[in-house]
Amino acid sequence: MNYRRFLRKLVLFVLTIPVLLFIFFPVLWLFSASLSTQVELFTVPPRWVPEHPTFQNYLDIIFPGQAASSVPRTFGVALLNSIKIASSVTIICIVLGSLAAYALVRIPFKFNLPIQMGILGTRMIPEVSLIIPLFVMASRLDLINKPIVLVITYMSFALPFAIWMMAAFFQTIPIELEDAARLDGCTRLGILFRVVMPISLPGIISTTMFVFLVAWDEFFYALIFTSTLAAKTAPVAIAEFIGRFAVNINGMMAGGILAAVPPVVLALIFQRYIVSGLAAGAVKG
Amino acid sequence: MRTQNKITSLALAFLFLAAALGCAPQEAAAGPVTIHILTMDQAGLKPAEIDQIARDFESQNPDIKVVMEYLGYDFIHDKITTGMAAKPPAYDAAIIDVIWPDEFIKAGYLLDVTDRVTAEMREGIFPASWNGVTRNGKIYGMPWLMDVKYFMYNKDMLQQAGFSEPPKTWEELVEQAKAIKEQGIAEYPVTWSWNQKEGVVCDYAVLLFGNGGKFVDENGKPAFNDEKGVEVLTWMKQTVDDGLTNPSAVSSDEMAVEADFLAGKSVFAVNWLFQYSDSNDPSKSQIVGQVAFAPMPVFKAGADAGIKGSSVDGSSSFAVMATTPYPDQTWKFLTYLSSNDVQMKYSAEMLPIWTADFEGANLEKLKAANPTNPVTVPAFLEQFPYANERPTVPYYNEASAALQLAIQEALTGVKTPQQALDDAAAKWVELAGK
Amino acid sequence: MGSLLLASPPHLLSMTVTSESPLQRKLSLREKDARVAWLLVAPSLLVILGVTLWPILYTFILSFFVAPTGINQARTFVGFGNYLEMLADPAFWETIQRTVYFTVASVSLELILGLAVAQLIHSRPWGWKFLRFSLIIPWAVPTIVNGAMWRWIYSADFGALNAILFQLGLIKHYVPWLALSSSAMNLVILADIWHTMPFVALILQAALANLPEELNEAAAVDGANAFQRFWHIRLPLLRPAILVALIVRTVEAFRVFDIVYIITSGGPASKTMTISYLTYLYSFSYGKQGTGAALSFLISIFTIAMAILYIRFLYRPEETQS
Repeated sequence: MNYRRFLRKLVLFVLTIPVLLFIFFPVLWLFSASLSTQVELFTVPPRWVPEHPTFQNYLDIIFPGQAASSVPRTFGVALLNSIKIASSVTIICIVLGSLAAYALVRIPFKFNLPIQMGILGTRMIPEVSLIIPLFVMASRLDLINKPIVLVITYMSFALPFAIWMMAAFFQTIPIELEDAARLDGCTRLGILFRVVMPISLPGIISTTMFVFLVAWDEFFYALIFTSTLAAKTAPVAIAEFIGRFAVNINGMMAGGILAAVPPVVLALIFQRYIVSGLAAGAVKG
Repeated sequence: MRTQNKITSLALAFLFLAAALGCAPQEAAAGPVTIHILTMDQAGLKPAEIDQIARDFESQNPDIKVVMEYLGYDFIHDKITTGMAAKPPAYDAAIIDVIWPDEFIKAGYLLDVTDRVTAEMREGIFPASWNGVTRNGKIYGMPWLMDVKYFMYNKDMLQQAGFSEPPKTWEELVEQAKAIKEQGIAEYPVTWSWNQKEGVVCDYAVLLFGNGGKFVDENGKPAFNDEKGVEVLTWMKQTVDDGLTNPSAVSSDEMAVEADFLAGKSVFAVNWLFQYSDSNDPSKSQIVGQVAFAPMPVFKAGADAGIKGSSVDGSSSFAVMATTPYPDQTWKFLTYLSSNDVQMKYSAEMLPIWTADFEGANLEKLKAANPTNPVTVPAFLEQFPYANERPTVPYYNEASAALQLAIQEALTGVKTPQQALDDAAAKWVELAGK
Repeated sequence: MGSLLLASPPHLLSMTVTSESPLQRKLSLREKDARVAWLLVAPSLLVILGVTLWPILYTFILSFFVAPTGINQARTFVGFGNYLEMLADPAFWETIQRTVYFTVASVSLELILGLAVAQLIHSRPWGWKFLRFSLIIPWAVPTIVNGAMWRWIYSADFGALNAILFQLGLIKHYVPWLALSSSAMNLVILADIWHTMPFVALILQAALANLPEELNEAAAVDGANAFQRFWHIRLPLLRPAILVALIVRTVEAFRVFDIVYIITSGGPASKTMTISYLTYLYSFSYGKQGTGAALSFLISIFTIAMAILYIRFLYRPEETQS
């Protein structure tokens, strides 16, 4: 490695430091708060490392039954519900969404444009106003407090996002690749599955993470549609740390860290599958 | 792959149709009736305790099954509103904050239970508790949890400053606060919950009534923008300008008030009852054993006008939802929940609503029920009679929002107190007209 | 997104129409393609429309009524009354102004930071994998927790922000940030950026990874420096991805609610009150569903207008074909 390259690498590394600080400073604070008790939070100046760190907040959540309040006890169940719901939504959205995105971007059929506009349009209405009619619909179908109601409603707003995002990624695939495949005798669907999808894998992975997090993070619908253990999700459980007048901040922070774990694990898993430079290779070859 | 696609799409279409058609609403089973009750997390009793009460009730009433749902206060109102949009309603009964009955009665959510309330209940329960659920002579719910704002102070710090008695008037408090500040005992001796939520209206109510003012006059027209109301708001701003009230009060809620107080940063703190027991909890408080109650101060002008005490009612009750298919069973459960026996059993957690429990031998028993009761029970008896109600109008939420904004604008200097309150009053008139 | 608005160029079809192009062959190919397209799009359409069509129609119709919440409440038809009432209300415009400020500040900062971070990762510094992995963390923390955490960091007496600034000597006195009109909104924006910048960074990073490198290399050989290469080559190629990120983030930012609710509840003196919060208040708190519905559609008009503006200015069809 010559001198110039080394210098460049060094400069780049130095640039990553402020970014890492920006990301981690609040997270470390969050973590520190989750290890303390309320009295430690209320000290001036704030202690970066709690004087008497305790895992009690986590224990209360992970080993229910010992907790004084009921909120930590039900947190584990809520977390599981969230995982089930977010995973279902993500899988369905990626499957359905990639199909639709490809069609909308590459196939000039009659209603292409109106469909795009329609999908875009449904996203423009704030959730807040749709919730009462949705609730009425859901209760008539007896879906309240059942996870499926969240899966269906989340799909309604995650799917448009998934479609847009994947469409943009499909768009960056050079059309020559598809033409070449066509010349080789591939059907439209063949192009989709054998050429377009593999190359846009990084984009699809990004979309997967995005959809998962949208479903994972959603609060208001979950709050209104579910309140029993059968379907309550993590954000709703976390909101329960907000009491009438007192907020159990420490518990909430511990809950927040735990609730961040599944998406982070997901990201870790997908790290391996994001192969950058694959596109460059494909075009050359 | 093509067939896979077709199958996927067909399967999904089928699934959706199935969901749409297959799950028809069940008819009410002939067996035990199930009632759904919505209540607060942390409203007096813990969920585990309320669940236990529900189980006890079920064992005495085998044909009724009770399902409790717990939620944070901030969300109860919205859950009720959406829940009532369904038929049958999602809940048969729900906990009601003292400021909601007018809105809910107008919306047709609450069942009139006047005929179901027995004379025994009417006379045996604190009259002030019935205020929260009675409108135009009709009763719409069963009292559950009484709460008012209390005046608490740190007796050690006060003594350190050289005062042996807590202030009786707000003017006296200002004098004491100035001395405390000068001596360096606390930088901001007083702290309040003046952020843009209902809490600021509660604090304002405490002060307003203590000045002999009121929210509306006999004709129902806004009166909080008269000289008394403006004086109060001006006083509030002055304490911030003078550095006596913590400037963060403008963004603080009740929790922040407690945080400051229990960290020993303020000497006086107006708050609901929860703050007292928290003050003696070492995992939350640095001032264990230093907190005392005092009657809520009033303004000198108010005292001269005969006002002896002032606070604001923050109680909760349970109401039967008007469209429930099971009003009898639901009412039965609510009366059980608030019955004397149950209330006495849990009197360590929550003060009972029955006056008899505060008399004679019962009073001693009550005080002995838990370590904080010897202090909180007398404080309650002292303060509760002065619990004032906030305006009982159906458009209260919007009216309160206007008042919250007005107070905030005055405190942040956007408008003068008179101007801010006048604008809010105009809004109230507009709302009343609709 | 703009790339969506023009369906794929007929290019692909004309390519297959070689010398012997009977009209029938062209037609049946198109038809076959269209059938495949419908097959691909139908399930998504079914889900989206099935769930949202009736609620949207219901809300739209409701917006023309005065509809107090409640059982058997009379609904009075007022035509455009609700819309006009809102448009005539100065509070409405102030709220829009604030929301636009929030959106513009938030999205532009996220875009710039996100682009910088994406490019940084793309340049493969030491520990780039860790950097990309860390980006997930702010995004993974649930919004409510994010709000509660920042609220505490900004706390006047106990917050980390005051502590750090004080220790660094930048302030002489703890500042009640959230109580000051001047700083409250900006701090909410900061909290939002922390939470959502990773999304932009990751999308752009994935797009960067997809870009063909030869153009870049050719330009380097021609003597263009790093900045020139970035500005004239990479950036234009990233346009579709930026457009998607912009539209998605703008629509979301314009409708921000959770984080404002938790950190400031709209205060001080409504200085952080955003339009979604206002809609929520009308629909739920004040029980005025008609007005709430009208507000929602007014919001949609704004977001659609913004999307159209973006597409107008940013969509360049030529660049999507290499």
